[in-house]
Amino acid sequence: MEFGFKLSPSSAVNLDQVDLSLYERLAAIEPDLRICMACGSCSATCTAAPFTGMSVRKVILDLQRGKEKEAAKMLSGCMLCGKCTMVCPRGINTRHLILSLCRIYGTKAKEEGK
Amino acid sequence: MIDRVASGFHPFVLPFLFGMIFVLGYCLYGIVKILLQLSHEDRRRFLLSLINPVTAWKNIKDIFLNCLLHVKLWKRNPVLGYMHSSIAFGWFMLIVLGHIEVMLFVPHRMRQVWYPIFFNYFVAEGPGPATVQGALLFTLMDFFLLVVLSGIALAMIKRVRSRIFGMRRTTRPSFLDRVGLYSLWAIFPLRLLAEGFTAHISGGGFLITPLNWVFRQFLGDQLHMLPTWWAYSIALCIFMCVLPFTRYMHIPAEMMLIPMRNAGLKIKHARRGFTRAMVWSCPNCGVCIDACPMSVKKINLKDTTVYLNRNIRRGNEERIEQISDKCLLCGKCREVCQIGLDGPSIRIAQRAMRSYGLNQDYTSFRPAPAPAGHKLLYFAGCMTQLTPRISKAVGSVLDKAGLDWEIMDKDGGLCCGRPLMTAGRFVQAKQLIRQNSELIRASGCDTLLLSCPICYKIFKERYKLEGVRVVHTAEFFEELIQTGALHVEKGDIRYVFHDPCELGRGSGIYEQPRRILGRAGYLVESEPNRAESICCGGSLGSLTLGFAQREDMTRNALKHLTEGGPDAIATACPLCLATFSRYADRAVQDIAEILDRVSSKG
Ligand code: SF4
Ligand code: SF4
Ligand code: SF4
Ligand code: SF4
Ligand code: SF4
Repeated sequence: MEFGFKLSPSSAVNLDQVDLSLYERLAAIEPDLRICMACGSCSATCTAAPFTGMSVRKVILDLQRGKEKEAAKMLSGCMLCGKCTMVCPRGINTRHLILSLCRIYGTKAKEEGK
Repeated sequence: MIDRVASGFHPFVLPFLFGMIFVLGYCLYGIVKILLQLSHEDRRRFLLSLINPVTAWKNIKDIFLNCLLHVKLWKRNPVLGYMHSSIAFGWFMLIVLGHIEVMLFVPHRMRQVWYPIFFNYFVAEGPGPATVQGALLFTLMDFFLLVVLSGIALAMIKRVRSRIFGMRRTTRPSFLDRVGLYSLWAIFPLRLLAEGFTAHISGGGFLITPLNWVFRQFLGDQLHMLPTWWAYSIALCIFMCVLPFTRYMHIPAEMMLIPMRNAGLKIKHARRGFTRAMVWSCPNCGVCIDACPMSVKKINLKDTTVYLNRNIRRGNEERIEQISDKCLLCGKCREVCQIGLDGPSIRIAQRAMRSYGLNQDYTSFRPAPAPAGHKLLYFAGCMTQLTPRISKAVGSVLDKAGLDWEIMDKDGGLCCGRPLMTAGRFVQAKQLIRQNSELIRASGCDTLLLSCPICYKIFKERYKLEGVRVVHTAEFFEELIQTGALHVEKGDIRYVFHDPCELGRGSGIYEQPRRILGRAGYLVESEPNRAESICCGGSLGSLTLGFAQREDMTRNALKHLTEGGPDAIATACPLCLATFSRYADRAVQDIAEILDRVSSKG
């Protein structure tokens, strides 16, 4: 039977159970991660947004919820163009944040900084 | 001139011999190491260039002009130039003349390599009248010794007061550097003393003969002769033994670097091969410290290129990484460096050595096609999209000139790839280059116009767009004015032009934007400009500098730009515009906006 609509799968995140290790590791190298105010300026300007839905804001949010895979998918389209850094009202060096994240993604904690 | 010592040998030459064998051995090791580290094709190219008469001649000329006469340094700072060339050229001449003396007077000693160095000890004035050649050689020897000594005297003064030489900051020498420095300083005064004590036997020129006379007034004996020759030899030995581990390595290394550069080699690795030759060739002159825009903040001083070299030589990985990531890649250090040391490229090579857990891939992207059917395509690029006033002005000027044009990335497009390139992400950059190239080729345009010099540089250098002319607005608009396609009404605003790094140093475009401004109003110059212009501080080249850390750099650049009291600051790069606008006390405008205001249909 087709009702013209369907139920979306639940997107509830149980914050007690998520794995925040990637977020914490990133925050250790990029302390500015914690001052993002989720204004979305970076999302609005992103060159990669039309292709992978990239948005630094969403990447940070996803990491805070342990949704690493979603973050990685978006990140895979970033062209390092620097527009997000130019517009960030908090002065976060988002480009470097992205580079750091790409470096530690999928590695073990002890390999950091290699 | 006759032999005085039958064997032609004295134990005091041993330290010198030891030092010489050591330093030659080390240089040989260095040459072999560098050659082995080159890629196969680079090595072939280099070796072939050595036997090509044209490059061979250029090599000899460049080595003579740069290593001995330090021509570039003269142009930059005459006192420093004199200091270096007097020591280098003077020393060279002493060695050459020493050999000539041996050849002329005691040719059977040619095989004893120490002879030219200690000539005066081993010979005595022969019976019979002095020859003209002999007198001339002695005079020349003394003259060049005096030249070297004057250079050493300047070097000593410079150590104490570098400001006299117009340098605000120099590097702090390491311990071994100091040992090398003091032994170098000691060599020539000791030689003067040794020859002075010996001149009544060997004869001498205008310097050492009177000195000998003075010495003999109160030192009747010859007891001082041997100790000073020993000391001279030991000073030479110390200098040569520490040389490979000090800044003085630049003396032999530069002779290797010049032919490699003339062979057209490029930096491909952050440590090995060509880079090694470059790093060894840096004399730590410190010119790149004052030149670096980052050096307005004391905390960045040790991130300048001379410290990059130092840390590469010491193998300090952590610092190499930090220094490589901070730099704005503005290219000024390369511009002012007398050996053309390519600090920015070494840094990019370093960035390229990293491995990432997540690698971008754009091959699945399907960007919107570029509009077809127009001769002229305008690629605004990311930065111009953030400064729409520029793209609007560009469009308006093109319309006035009656051109058939269209914008390529109206609803956003792909980045040009240059930011990836400077971050060392070459594979990813190439993917973007391929995608953009296909879009442009498919559009059938014959001219690609860019208002962003960052894009311009990569489109010009890395894209292969046969049949498409890649042009920056500064060039293109100037042509429109020249050909009369635009009519320009001169205003009375005084502009200063900021040379964007990528347009000036990066692409060699200096005159066209100035001519546009000269037509639109009045151009005032501010020093330093053109090839030595100061980066606005906003460069995407730096990975680690944050907003707050860049502010002082921007303010410093602005301070210099506004010295001549211009009404407005003109630039030709959207990133410079955005960066300056943040702190400027007067209008900052792109040349396109300025031209749009003063022009009408031609
Ligand atoms: S622009 Fe800056 S503060 Fe705003 S969401 Fe993006 S990163 Fe966070
Ligand atoms: S640097 Fe990456 S995330 Fe930032 S705007 Fe550009 S493409 Fe988007
Ligand atoms: S890199 Fe060039 S300018 Fe800097 S210290 Fe070395 S030689 Fe001098
Ligand atoms: S490229 Fe520019 S910022 Fe980088 S070290 Fe050289 S002068 Fe300094
Ligand atoms: S060079 Fe800069 S302005 Fe040009 S497309 Fe790339 S990021 Fe954008």
